Amino acid sequence: MSAPARRKTRYSRRPVAAAGPGARIGRAAVALRAWARPIGAVVGRELASYLATPLAAVFIVVFLLASAVATFELGRFFERGRADLEPFFRFHPWLYLWLAPAFAMRLWAEDRRVGTIELLLTLPIGPARAVIGKFLAAWLMAAVALALTVPLWLTVAWLGDPDHGVIAAGYLASLLLAGAYLAIGTAASAATRSQVIAFIAAFAVALALTAPGSTPVVGLIAPWVPDRLVTLLGWFSLEARFAAMVRGVVDPRDGLFLISVIVYFLSLAGLLVARTAHR
Amino acid sequence: MTSSQRIASAPPDAEPPLISLAGLTRRFGDRLAVDDVSFSVGRGEVVGLVGPNGAGKTTAMRMVAGFLPPSAGRAAIAGIDVVERPVAAQARLGYLPEGAPAWGEMTPEGLLRFVAAAHGLTGAARRRRLDGAVALTGLDAVRRQRIDTLSKGYRRRVALAAALVHDPPALILDEPTDGLDPAQRQLVRRTIRGLADDKAVIVSTHALDEVTAVCDRVVVLAAGRLVADDRPEVLAARVGGGSLEAAFLALTGAGGPAPGRRHRSGA
Repeated sequence: MSAPARRKTRYSRRPVAAAGPGARIGRAAVALRAWARPIGAVVGRELASYLATPLAAVFIVVFLLASAVATFELGRFFERGRADLEPFFRFHPWLYLWLAPAFAMRLWAEDRRVGTIELLLTLPIGPARAVIGKFLAAWLMAAVALALTVPLWLTVAWLGDPDHGVIAAGYLASLLLAGAYLAIGTAASAATRSQVIAFIAAFAVALALTAPGSTPVVGLIAPWVPDRLVTLLGWFSLEARFAAMVRGVVDPRDGLFLISVIVYFLSLAGLLVARTAHR
Repeated sequence: MTSSQRIASAPPDAEPPLISLAGLTRRFGDRLAVDDVSFSVGRGEVVGLVGPNGAGKTTAMRMVAGFLPPSAGRAAIAGIDVVERPVAAQARLGYLPEGAPAWGEMTPEGLLRFVAAAHGLTGAARRRRLDGAVALTGLDAVRRQRIDTLSKGYRRRVALAAALVHDPPALILDEPTDGLDPAQRQLVRRTIRGLADDKAVIVSTHALDEVTAVCDRVVVLAAGRLVADDRPEVLAARVGGGSLEAAFLALTGAGGPAPGRRHRSGA
């Protein structure tokens, strides 16, 4: 009697454990975690390098100084007498434009030059996860730099009554923007062993994806070119997309554009690493 | 211990070879860097890969390690194809790349921790393996020193420790003793010999005395082609009149007959 009973419980338990959307999600989560674990190792190694050298600290200080100059001198933060962070965010594309290529240029080029790329790519990680890990570590540094500007937010909150939702959206947009420029820098660095070439290539691509449709350029050329061209340029300008997000205009397409720029250039970086690492 | 005893203790038919190359070929433009090279290494075997500079040793090892895609042929670690399933194959391989590259700003400890983590090791298991690799390669004194402040000998041992830290069944070491002083050379040779009991090892080297000291078999490459695959003493006797160096010179065409002469033992 006890044997059939035991068998019955076994049969009744198995389908519940094996099927159902919950179990499938659970299995997918386990697989995803196993897949992502080496990425964590790569991120950790990169962060250890950032801590062992002054590189990241120098970039963070330069970003803070440059954004302070931009906000208070160029942006007339106090003089305009409005409680928002628009003058702070407005210059971020123009800062990231050169800071991100400079920060990302060593990511792969250095490993190629020193030969550590051979060590890295013969570990059971694969190029995709190596690219993602290096990128995430750099992006995390950008997040740290942005987090260090939060006192500015507190100042505005103390001086006036800002729209905190818009500011939070601005920070999120700026983080995505930094990711987009870092992804461009990652792809350029993956293509060469020369950090100088990586910087110049990334800067050129970043400029092409920033300036043509940007607010100041459009202001200059708008009287002479058709409106449709201005709209078209705006679609492909990181600056124009970012400016809209910072103004508090919620359009998911702008965020999606930044994310797709990140995905596109990281895929390109992965392809470059996989195809040309040994050259 | 003689080489014949070592081979006798590890019968070749017991399991599929841990490292195998079959018709492995690599072209760089018009040049054939590695030309149809086939051999395999079983558990308990140390194979010395020798040949003049530019013979294709490093290129061949890079293909087996999954760093360089072959133009033709296949390589497998523990029966797993390196091109089809690179991550699974690499998980079973310890690889010391040419020149022993390492991140100079890291410490040996940090580098080994990273390599172990990349192999999925965590917690106490990682700690244990890391300590084992440090002890085995004699890195204890410098484990918390920046790698770029270490001597060449220590740096090579760091890279060797990185190849060993996950206790892989297959090892490929590209010039592990290059640039070491005689005492360090001795230590690394003893380490390799000690590991060989339960692993398959390929060691490339320019030092022929090293082949005699640590290798059960020697594979000679010349101009990308395999020109000999035999036990060192057999090769020395058959081709070199008792001297491995003479055999090497004769087989690789460096001051001897032209390459292309193939020598293989019947066994």
